[in-house]
Amino acid sequence: MTSNAITATRNAARGGAQHPLIELTLARLREFVREPEALFWSFFFPIVMSVAMAIAFPSRGSQPVRVGVAPGAASEMLRKTLSSSPGVIVRDVPADEELHQMREGDVHVIVRPGNPPTYRFDPDREESRIARMVVDDVLKRAAGRSDPWEAHEDAVAIPGSRYVDWLIPGIVALGIMNNSMWSIGFMTVQMRLRKLLKRLAASPMQKWEFLLAQVLARLLFLGPEVAVPLIFGALAFAMPVRGSIIAIACVSLTGAIAFGSIGLLVGSRVRTLEAISGLMNLIMVPMWVLSGVFFSSANFPDVVQPFIRVLPLTALVDALRGVVLEGDTLGGIRLELATLAAWAIVPFSIGLRIFKWR
Amino acid sequence: MNHRDATTEAVGACAPVKTSENRSVNTAAVQCRDLRKRYGNVVAVDGLSLDVLRGECFGLLGPNGAGKTTTIEILEGLLAPDSGDVEVLGLRWKHDERQLRQRLGIQLQESQFIDKLTVEETLRLFRSFYERGKTIDELLALVELESKRSSWVVKLSGGQKQRLSIACALVGDPDLLFLDEPSTGLDPQSRRQLWGVLQRYRAGGGTVLLTTHYMDEAEVLCDRVAIVDHGKIIALDTPKSLVAGLGAPKVVVHEGTLEDVFMSLTGRHLRDE
Repeated sequence: MTSNAITATRNAARGGAQHPLIELTLARLREFVREPEALFWSFFFPIVMSVAMAIAFPSRGSQPVRVGVAPGAASEMLRKTLSSSPGVIVRDVPADEELHQMREGDVHVIVRPGNPPTYRFDPDREESRIARMVVDDVLKRAAGRSDPWEAHEDAVAIPGSRYVDWLIPGIVALGIMNNSMWSIGFMTVQMRLRKLLKRLAASPMQKWEFLLAQVLARLLFLGPEVAVPLIFGALAFAMPVRGSIIAIACVSLTGAIAFGSIGLLVGSRVRTLEAISGLMNLIMVPMWVLSGVFFSSANFPDVVQPFIRVLPLTALVDALRGVVLEGDTLGGIRLELATLAAWAIVPFSIGLRIFKWR
Repeated sequence: MNHRDATTEAVGACAPVKTSENRSVNTAAVQCRDLRKRYGNVVAVDGLSLDVLRGECFGLLGPNGAGKTTTIEILEGLLAPDSGDVEVLGLRWKHDERQLRQRLGIQLQESQFIDKLTVEETLRLFRSFYERGKTIDELLALVELESKRSSWVVKLSGGQKQRLSIACALVGDPDLLFLDEPSTGLDPQSRRQLWGVLQRYRAGGGTVLLTTHYMDEAEVLCDRVAIVDHGKIIALDTPKSLVAGLGAPKVVVHEGTLEDVFMSLTGRHLRDE
């Protein structure tokens, strides 16, 4: 470790110890790797999440629609016609179960026989509207409708534009937020409870060095944390990684520092583990929903869009997707990086000032 | 009881020095005048003044809630008094905090270290904060924890944890050592081991200010003792003089101990936490 003489002399002056910033970071790292649960959550959670999502949403376009018909002879013709179409799955649904099965997504539309037939569907649900159109199309053709022409189809199914491609960078961003905030916010509160912060404040330790070390220790695990789900996505789903590794590293690093310093601010005065859990959720859960990790934030009304834009998770998700999927350079995502940098600097400065050591 | 008479008398001789005006660099390690601190309606420290001389071991004795911890934390620069004047090693917290922290060793009541760091890693962490000080090996030898060097802190016994805590306080070769109830909760053997560590530190010329509610500990370790109750000092002398003096009840048949003095002065046998 002490390859050159200068370091050796300096370390000798500290009785064999490294620079305090290094020792503080090492302490945090050792504590972390000696906690197997923590390791599990940072590395396997993103993979488990991606797999689960990929299974739940394979490729949206090719999903067959599920149609419910009343059991019995009255629906026999309907059942036959609909089953002959490859994009339709027909299920028998007794009348008293229709609403339940539609709510659970077991069937997307209910068709009642008649001339003309009746469609029961939920216009607020995308898959219900699609199912209604598909059923309508199949039944009308069977009834003898003749179309003026059949369009040529040019289906896009290239890797990079599927849902799973869109999802994985989002999950990486989510992991960066969760791990940074929890590990730093939670640990500071725990150290405060154990009066370790007070003990450290009684030593000549520089306070900013301690706080910076908490953020730094967080960064050393960032590499595998980001790489594991991305590599998994590339191998298992042929997800393209178009941007440079340096750009991905820069984005992840800025994001982790930003959330680390937010975690520091959140934990700066809290005295109980219950309070910190509540506060963390209060801050993170809205971002899970708003920042476009699982579905596009374009779904939210225009008035809230400026607010969504300045959220740190939105900036991180957008920057990661830009780099990974679109091959953006750092210049192309400078706005997101600037947003994240602001989230890194401001909470850290406030946190350092209001931090309670006892 | 093992009274170290020679030391006691030497210190007793220079005890009455009053040097509040000049900087008193050669005599006082701690000087405080008229300290006051209240929490809401509770007055924790009520006009307390004391001097700790260089090289002596000074004990603050008192029942729970007497204001010992508040006092020692004010002296350690961890709490700001509402009013009063504190000078430690001739320096003041307001202007010289960084320099002071380098020269003090502090052991806090109930503070826990990182569970999953080893003893050696913990010492190295604390050592890194100090510009000068002992090596890790010296520290381990001083507190007799060589065999536990690679054990996780969480696996240590109470006595071993406390010795680690003392080692962390001694890591920067301090001129002055603050100990807040260092032997509370320890078994007799661990307490004796702890006393050994402190006596070795004092042999090197160090000054100690400790709080305790063990009378025998104060009699063994301390050159002078202040008995604190309700945030005030109600008696201050060498343990021997306290026992011999007015405080000692006349009724006791056996030779008086500091415990007798304590009980007669504070007058309370049972206290709530």
